[in-house]
Amino acid sequence: MNNFTYTPTNSAKEATRLRRETPAATYVAGATTLLDMMKVNLVEYPQLIDINALPLTGIEQTANGLRIGALERMSDVGEHRLVVAQYPAVSESLLLAASAQLRNMASIGGNLLQRTRCGYFRDAAFPCNKRVPGSGCPAQHGDNHGLAILGTSEACIAQTYPGDLSVALLAFDAVLTLENAKGKQRRVPITSFYVLPGQTPHQENILEPGELIVAVTIPAAEHARRSTYLKVRERTSYAYALASAAVGLDVQAGTIRSARVALGGVGTIPWRSPEAEKILTGAPATDETFRAAAAAALRGAQPREHNGYKVQLAQNTLVRALQNVATT
Amino acid sequence: MDNNFFNKLTSDQPSDGSRRSFMKQAGGIVGLALAPPFVAQADRLTAFSKTVAGVSPMQLKVNGTVRTIQAEPRVTLLDALREHLHLTGTKKGCDHGQCGACTVHVNGRRIVSCLTLAVMNQGQEITTIEGLARGSELHPLQEAFIKHDAFQCGYCTSGQIMSGVACVQEGHATTDHQAREWMSGNICRCGAYPNILAAVREVAGQQAKG
Repeated sequence: MNNFTYTPTNSAKEATRLRRETPAATYVAGATTLLDMMKVNLVEYPQLIDINALPLTGIEQTANGLRIGALERMSDVGEHRLVVAQYPAVSESLLLAASAQLRNMASIGGNLLQRTRCGYFRDAAFPCNKRVPGSGCPAQHGDNHGLAILGTSEACIAQTYPGDLSVALLAFDAVLTLENAKGKQRRVPITSFYVLPGQTPHQENILEPGELIVAVTIPAAEHARRSTYLKVRERTSYAYALASAAVGLDVQAGTIRSARVALGGVGTIPWRSPEAEKILTGAPATDETFRAAAAAALRGAQPREHNGYKVQLAQNTLVRALQNVATT
Repeated sequence: MDNNFFNKLTSDQPSDGSRRSFMKQAGGIVGLALAPPFVAQADRLTAFSKTVAGVSPMQLKVNGTVRTIQAEPRVTLLDALREHLHLTGTKKGCDHGQCGACTVHVNGRRIVSCLTLAVMNQGQEITTIEGLARGSELHPLQEAFIKHDAFQCGYCTSGQIMSGVACVQEGHATTDHQAREWMSGNICRCGAYPNILAAVREVAGQQAKG
């Protein structure tokens, strides 16, 4: 880990001003993923700007939905009564992620900015287009058993975001509130936050330099209230998803009024499936409908040599999640 | 850069205790070598924001006692506990938050001390395995680990116990299944899980009965 200076701040204004003065600096909140990467010299920063004292906490009901401060911790949000009652899939996505210790540390804003767990990105001995643009992608023909099958490109097949929360937020149309270095705020739907790798996999999201995530707002909806997050892993707990599904259904008299489907573990970015939602909406809540929706969600999959199993695994995961939520 | 350089700067700190004036004085030298913008910032920072650079004094409240160490900002809480405060009960396993051996409590919450910086934990109530017993009276979970033979090599044990104490307090050890899930951040290479689970569940049962 390189040496750095450390500056705690207690206002967004000052935090962004410090970033303007030292563009190569970074913000630190929970520090879990940042220090993990700094310890292997994957990233280096001359200065850490500690934002933990910023007033970015609180979980409150607003006209636009439930507003969650970016400095709330995963554990507190996952067990918050309003999140559990109104967005079970969001609660489950948080409590199935990481470990109890890490959930006590990691902030919501930081969670959304996790970096890929692709082994070629993590090991500086290998080329990687995300780490060193233009250097190549050994994953295309290498050990790709855990990597993505949707949204891939010849430059990158890694999951830009390997976690769970964003998948659930994506399903329920969450909106991020961002504050830039000039103190100006903007609202960005999470559906347009992450960027497909294309030929520039080092560009992962639409954050401007120095811009802070200050809050996440999730609109209230019946399909969010009746929702679940199903995560399939190589071991039962404390692992990243091979495939996951965040689903929500509004079923009335056996007919699906509205549906939300997002997949994790299989896309280069958290993967919303309008194709599956279209098949589900207006259809009877039956296994046949669920299987048709799952097939549609994976129709564009482009597996590589070692991750072809994910095409079926993701479909089974999605069908099971829809069955679970339809019978609740 | 050798440590003596920073040690000398630190010992030159003005006796009025003003870190601001110290920073101004030291900033010119440190800034050249370490981080150019630091000089400009030091002059204009608010009372809250004091940049810490190089070996600096830090106050950590561990097991009820405030102690001062001299460390760089990059020193993790784990390394501060072990190497600076010589509290070696907290173990370093993976050093990447994957094994749980370094679990401690900060303000009563369990965290992994390898993925947080000592400098970030000033002013917090830190509890390590050394602070769990009351004098010679072991914590009930320490007793239960002995009773159930909940360890073999013992390397993960202090992390398991710190995690287990919090797990019970959180109310996440009410069933075997729940306790396994909420203890999954603590890996035991010897595979003592059944006995660890028995110890955690026994203490959870005791506390439920009051």
